[in-house]
Amino acid sequence: MSYHANEKGYYGEFGGAYIPEMLYPNCEELRQNYLQIMQEPSFQEEFHHLLKDYVGRPTPLYFAERLSKKYNTKIYLKREDLCHTGAHKVNNTIGQILMAKKLGKNRIIAETGAGQHGVATATVCALMGIECVVYMGEIDIARQAPNVARMKMLGAEVRPATSGSKTLKDATNEAIRDWINNPVDTHYIIGSVVGPHPYPDMVARFQSVISEEIKSQLLEKESRENPDYVVACVGGGSNAAGAFYHFLDTPEVGIIAVEAAGKGIHSGESAATSALGKVGIIHGSKTLLMQTSDGQITEPYSISAGLDYPGVGPMHAHLYTSGRGEFISITDDDAMQAGLELCKLEGIIPAIETSHALAIFEDRKFNENDIVVVNLSGRGDKDLQNYIDYFKL
Amino acid sequence: MNRIKQKLQEDKKILSIYFTAGYPNLNDTVKIIQDLETNGVDLIEIGLPFSDPLADGPTIQESSTAALKNGMHTALLFEQLKDIRKTVTIPLILMGYFNPVLQYGVEAFCKKCEEIGIDGLILPDLPLDVYQDEYESIFKKHGLINIFLITPQTSDARIKAIDSASEGFIYMVSSASTTGAKKGFGDEQAAYFERIASMDLNNPQIVGFGISNATTFQQATKKAKGAIIGSAFIKHVTQKGVDHIAEFVHQIR
Repeated sequence: MSYHANEKGYYGEFGGAYIPEMLYPNCEELRQNYLQIMQEPSFQEEFHHLLKDYVGRPTPLYFAERLSKKYNTKIYLKREDLCHTGAHKVNNTIGQILMAKKLGKNRIIAETGAGQHGVATATVCALMGIECVVYMGEIDIARQAPNVARMKMLGAEVRPATSGSKTLKDATNEAIRDWINNPVDTHYIIGSVVGPHPYPDMVARFQSVISEEIKSQLLEKESRENPDYVVACVGGGSNAAGAFYHFLDTPEVGIIAVEAAGKGIHSGESAATSALGKVGIIHGSKTLLMQTSDGQITEPYSISAGLDYPGVGPMHAHLYTSGRGEFISITDDDAMQAGLELCKLEGIIPAIETSHALAIFEDRKFNENDIVVVNLSGRGDKDLQNYIDYFKL
Repeated sequence: MNRIKQKLQEDKKILSIYFTAGYPNLNDTVKIIQDLETNGVDLIEIGLPFSDPLADGPTIQESSTAALKNGMHTALLFEQLKDIRKTVTIPLILMGYFNPVLQYGVEAFCKKCEEIGIDGLILPDLPLDVYQDEYESIFKKHGLINIFLITPQTSDARIKAIDSASEGFIYMVSSASTTGAKKGFGDEQAAYFERIASMDLNNPQIVGFGISNATTFQQATKKAKGAIIGSAFIKHVTQKGVDHIAEFVHQIR
């Protein structure tokens, strides 16, 4: 069995393109061209040049000695937090802005929840001198003022999504509506491995640089390409897709996906989609989805604004149902403690999303000689206010 | 014969009205259907509200949110409609997004539609290839016509593929937009209407999106067989309630 997308964009039963006809020409244009464009030498050259000189790749694979000692195993941190703009998101936006240029588009739209993908999109649009509109839920705009200001400084227009629950899923709906209304000149940069085919596969390929680097860096440090485990947090799942990508079809590498349990899986305030979701359609993709018995999409909760998406990328839905991936959910409280612990032990302030991945070591035990790579997907600057409020700093 | 096909054989322009079930009040569904038929509407699209209607503009979004808040859900809509064929003969189409249908169970949903006397479905986010691979036989078994959309950006080749997969009519989206977004038709629409008319398709076309009054209805139906009004009707019942449906219909034609 392969854990990659097939030509119709399915991962097992998940994925596909459940889109209204209004979106068909755009998605079809992308589907017919994305693989070919990505393989062009000129594209690869520019993509890797920007990843190196602009984003700052390769990001280090850092052996976390004190953390390893505490949990009696070998923990490596893949330092995506050191990417320009502070998270892995920019790997994808660099790829997609180059894709948009190749497709002759002159206007970019994006959705954002906490603002990280919005900032990463506004950044590459500034870099390329392309008009940028970012949709953001009205509630998130109020919660994430610094990122709204960043996007504005970078020249993007931030449009509030005022429909529905006024958060990430509604911002995504608004971006899709914009694309319906602007079908010719606009490219939609989706920020995660979600949405209709070919987005999940395209975004995963752009993020796959993470696992590509892990392999070569581990070879250098440990004389082996494959770790025993790769751990990443999952909201939509783009950092996880990138960290897992080159290990998906290597069964000896354990894949651990960490979801946000919020205040507890059964508290009614959670974002643990694998545990709480059922098969459904969201934003053009068939996947596991948090919804009512009547098929209405529900609003998830997590202390981390980057993990509260009611669906999950179809790749991850398949990893879950096939048993290839081990899924763990972590509460707000445990994540916050793990975030603080990394500060104290390693001098790194992680994003709260990432703190969820770091929190598994309390209960999930590994052997002393296991090599466990945790994808440190983002840095915690954006979450400072949350940390301050939570720990009364 | 299916009521939709029968209606389309009549030598007249078709006026189809969309409304959101459960709006403005939870139990308005039957009254709206009866009044639309009494006042000479030809076809009705009953909207099954969805939390995330991504092809709809603000008017239908808001009516869907309100309907869900009022307590509308799939099983309740079926309950409201169970005796509808005792009072009306007008063709009835259920329109909604695919996820609620998937959760109800596609087979169970289609069976229920047949029992009630629903004639067709419009599920914009159920794509042509998935429909043909997985669901066409179920729809047909229960006598349901599945209506497909085309837009100004749909290629001729795809329009032909959709035409050959279609029965009843083709839902012709008037412009690149969500519902209720554009006001009036310009040269671009006229050229598009002309292009589609000249393709000589097997199925008649009914134009939707952007039709709100007598003028736009006439423009849309100059070449096409009929037109669909959604957002403008929702606005009307929002402002005036459900006791003035005659007034709305008679200002269209």
